[in-house]
Amino acid sequence: MAGHILLIEDEPNIAEAIRFLLGRDGWQVTVLTTGQGAIAEIARLCPQLVILDLMLPVRSGLQILTDIRADPATQDLPVLMLTAKGQERDREAALAAGVSNFMTKPFDNKEMCAAVRTLMGGD
Amino acid sequence: MVAALSGSKLRARRMALGLRQGDVAQAAGLSASYLNLIEHNRRRVPPDVLSRLAAALSDTPEAFADGGGGAALDDLRAVALAWPAAEFARTDEFAQRFPGWAEAVLAMHHRSMAQEAAIAAVNDRMSHDPHLSASLHEVLSAVASVRSTSVILAETDDLEPEWQARFMRNLDQDSARLAKGAEALVRYLDSGGQIDAQGSASPQEEVEAWASGLDWQIASADIPSALSASARDMARALQGDIRADHASLPNAAFRAAIAAHGPDPRAIASALSAPPFAAFRRLAFAPDLGLGLVACDGSGTLVLRRPIPGFSLPRFGAACPLWPLFTALARPMQAIEAVVEVGAAIPNAPRFSLRAFGMASHPAGFGGPELRRAMMLIIPASAQAAPVQGVGATCRTCLRTHCPARREPSILAGAPERNSAPNSGL
Repeated sequence: MAGHILLIEDEPNIAEAIRFLLGRDGWQVTVLTTGQGAIAEIARLCPQLVILDLMLPVRSGLQILTDIRADPATQDLPVLMLTAKGQERDREAALAAGVSNFMTKPFDNKEMCAAVRTLMGGD
Repeated sequence: MVAALSGSKLRARRMALGLRQGDVAQAAGLSASYLNLIEHNRRRVPPDVLSRLAAALSDTPEAFADGGGGAALDDLRAVALAWPAAEFARTDEFAQRFPGWAEAVLAMHHRSMAQEAAIAAVNDRMSHDPHLSASLHEVLSAVASVRSTSVILAETDDLEPEWQARFMRNLDQDSARLAKGAEALVRYLDSGGQIDAQGSASPQEEVEAWASGLDWQIASADIPSALSASARDMARALQGDIRADHASLPNAAFRAAIAAHGPDPRAIASALSAPPFAAFRRLAFAPDLGLGLVACDGSGTLVLRRPIPGFSLPRFGAACPLWPLFTALARPMQAIEAVVEVGAAIPNAPRFSLRAFGMASHPAGFGGPELRRAMMLIIPASAQAAPVQGVGATCRTCLRTHCPARREPSILAGAPERNSAPNSGL
């Protein structure tokens, strides 16, 4: 069974591109376009990886990451965070909150796929 | 000036009396070498020592007190501390021996501090301004999407037609977003050239922001004290013009003239024997007509801007030279009109009817300078209005290709061939 990835990204076209890329790599991808209800979805879907945009409506990526790390059931769940250039302070905060890795927008497709493979326990 | 120090005053007094250093030191109960250090401002003078020295020099201690340069000296010491190579221990001596240089160092220090404060204010504005943050985020998001999507399209040989169509549509959407986001960003950065030390806008921008907040109904509005003094002066001048406009074009007559002539400022002014510019302002500031206005002085500088959606007015830098406004400036007393299409030549680009008029005046009479001013009314036009002249806001953000009036390449155009070469200006 393919590994399951939850992608939380409010830009639909970016989400579509990532879903396509990861789908071609064999991963099953579920997309959420808002931070609202993200924790409940993580509990329901039990993904092996969360790809999390930093700037999200309703609840920020940083808040969601903090909640993930606070829950014993998800504290070790790999989280790949998408940030934009110029968000260095937020990146530092995410690092302190326990993010697994970052991708900076605009990102390289191959680097994105490689980072996902690594976090999913591949190469 | 960094004031004279005790040591220097003591030395000057001793020499004026023709006394030797050793004699004065002995009389004050000091060693000659210690007095030498004091006289060269290398040692501070304790009050009791100053009293004894003053007595030895037949004067009062007050006559030899430091000359009130304490604060300046503290600043100079702070400068010395900030520069490891500076001889901190000799700061007082430096101030005394080279008062002009010390003053220059302090002046540069204070200027540097003021500039640092200004930079910090601008930096703070750049860091926390929600408009800038939103524009940057919009641009980066669109770029990220365009990049990922275009690489998928370019590198996926067996892409299904459905995905291909979807990604093409996404590219189209994101490129439009990118253009809008980049324009917003450039507009913001253009205005940044006018940020002052407090991080605020120019007086003209202050006035326009205030008037815009009141939908330009400012004839009897209170001018807020929060505006800068310059902005308040400009606001009062504009208010005076608007009150005069209402006097020369009373509401009932003005509305009847619009019904008869449409938004034609020359015809309205002529029908009611009013100044032409009064008709321009009355039309532009009427809250129900939805018209824009721009005015310039003889240098072409925009001195009044009431924008309307779809027709950008540059906040900083020169406007599009193809605007009829500038033709009217060069041809006073002629009504100049053009239907224009704004921005890139794309289907359904917004069109506007632009009506401009220029006037020359000689406020100082014969022998005085001729002043020119022009105004341009911006009227939304139907998509079928023709013939059409392409214009932009300003070259920097204009995407029109092969423009004969271009001064500089657009920073929104990626490839140089998309722009015509800038005009040499000759």
